[in-house]
Amino acid sequence: MDPLSASATQIRQMIASGERSAEEIARLSLDRARALQPVLNAFVDILDDEALEQARRIDARVHGGETLARLAGVPVLVKDNICVEAGRTTCGSRFLESYRSPFAASVVERLRSAGAVIIAKTNMDEFGMGSSGEHSAFGPTCNPWDTGRVPGGSSSGTAAGVAAGVAPIGLGTDTGGSIRQPASLCGLVGVRPTYGRVSRWGLVAFASSLDQIGPFARTSEDAALALSVISGHDPRDSTSAQIETPNFMTDLERGVEPLVIGVPRQAHSHSNHSSVALALDTAVEVFEGLGARIVEVDLASTDHAIAAYYLVATAEASSNLARFDGVRFGRRGEGATLDELYERSRGEGFGEEVQRRIMLGTHALSAGYADQYYATALKARRVVKEEYERAFVDRGAHAILMPTAPEPAFELGTKTDDPLSMYLEDVYTVGPALAGLPAVSFQGGFASVGEGDRERALPVGLQVIGPALGEGQLLRVVRMFERVTEHHARRPEI
Amino acid sequence: MSGEEITQETVRKVARLARLAIDDERAARYAEQLGRIVGYVERLSELDLDGVEPLTHPIASSNRLEADEAGGTLSRETLEAMAPDSVDGFVRVPKVLDTGSAGG
Repeated sequence: MDPLSASATQIRQMIASGERSAEEIARLSLDRARALQPVLNAFVDILDDEALEQARRIDARVHGGETLARLAGVPVLVKDNICVEAGRTTCGSRFLESYRSPFAASVVERLRSAGAVIIAKTNMDEFGMGSSGEHSAFGPTCNPWDTGRVPGGSSSGTAAGVAAGVAPIGLGTDTGGSIRQPASLCGLVGVRPTYGRVSRWGLVAFASSLDQIGPFARTSEDAALALSVISGHDPRDSTSAQIETPNFMTDLERGVEPLVIGVPRQAHSHSNHSSVALALDTAVEVFEGLGARIVEVDLASTDHAIAAYYLVATAEASSNLARFDGVRFGRRGEGATLDELYERSRGEGFGEEVQRRIMLGTHALSAGYADQYYATALKARRVVKEEYERAFVDRGAHAILMPTAPEPAFELGTKTDDPLSMYLEDVYTVGPALAGLPAVSFQGGFASVGEGDRERALPVGLQVIGPALGEGQLLRVVRMFERVTEHHARRPEI
Repeated sequence: MSGEEITQETVRKVARLARLAIDDERAARYAEQLGRIVGYVERLSELDLDGVEPLTHPIASSNRLEADEAGGTLSRETLEAMAPDSVDGFVRVPKVLDTGSAGG
């Protein structure tokens, strides 16, 4: 079996049994990353030394007869807003083009302790701001299903790399959909954990009340494994929940019975691409076939959630990104005064989308406008959260099922001049983010687009959203779907 | 909320607050784009938000005390190496205080 099409569990088993060495698998992964880089531009830095050193440590343990940790020898990809001392941490920004973090994020320490082999830092929309992977200072990432299309964003490089078979697992971050939407466009499982489930220590902050780190994988099983490894309390993150971390693998096959799936009336009311509408209807039938009861739920503020999200997220970003001043680290512009130095450093170092969002957030917080915009958005945020709570409590839903994105992967360049149309890509993903709820995007079906030589099959994702700390339940629901469908087994030809 | 036009003057004021140097071309583009975005977010005024408490944070959390133990820290050399311009262990910036004499 080709190790790069194997699951994380299978890779660990190959290494434990001596069938393959960790170093051999690391080299296959590094080679594939390097070979695909000119095609996908998914990576900021490929970490040969980091990967080979870790792989040799794993091989030494195999030879010593030691028990291997859960991700021993498994190649993983890490989004470039998560600090790793090996290589740079650029956040896809010109501002941090040569920045090297002096420490590793908590999630990176957890991955390393579990034996994971970090192969590369992945390309991304600058500071997490984008839904297509095109807002990177290092150029756009391409979708492995059709390199003329976007992989989604902002975790673009991790999504493209995992989908293209460089590694079975990768880390992304989700502020308003940045894990789930690229998972949908690249045909993967992508998990946004409950806020507080995974430590944010060592994550470069975009919007602190929304940011969460989570895994990408090709199956619910690998996603469950990765989430089990990176979850857990961390005293270095004051928002980290003090709860036991379950092993999400244990009950994965058990399913949920009796299962109640909530489908929002609003999931049909947007201008969904026909393939998305079809995938949703088909999934409802699949779950009915599995004995689930389907109930209609009302998320009346779905359209307003996007407005609230873009005010809250940009307000927080305008504050968080104040640290990039050109004084202590990163890029410095020339200035005769300190203010000029700040203004030029930020004017030259930030891309246009980041500048737009900082300005929107600054405007929303500025004197005379803070009540009108920021305070109103925070009230709407509570309304959104309460709508979800009603769906779970009053309607008894275990999971809410809806599209992840309104359409499959779109062509490169089609939305870059129209920020608002890019923001609307997040219409289904921002609600759970505002409410701090877990959500898992999974492969729901396929769209056929283009004609003749340009005809392509593109993955279409759906998401299930659960109550706080309901990740285990959501992953079991996705696993139930995988067991009776074939979509997740289909891989891009690249 | 009332329909509000984002003028280039507003953009310049906000850019100044955010410490962003932007040229005329960008100011014009941002004014047009931010105007459309602000127009979109004004739909929040359709919601009945009377008596709704703002929600700043998605989870209920409370402060807690950590053990009072010294942890690791980054060395001065590490931090100096990260700074774009430094001298003898100090980060160098343009003159901040006008002391009225050339030597400062």
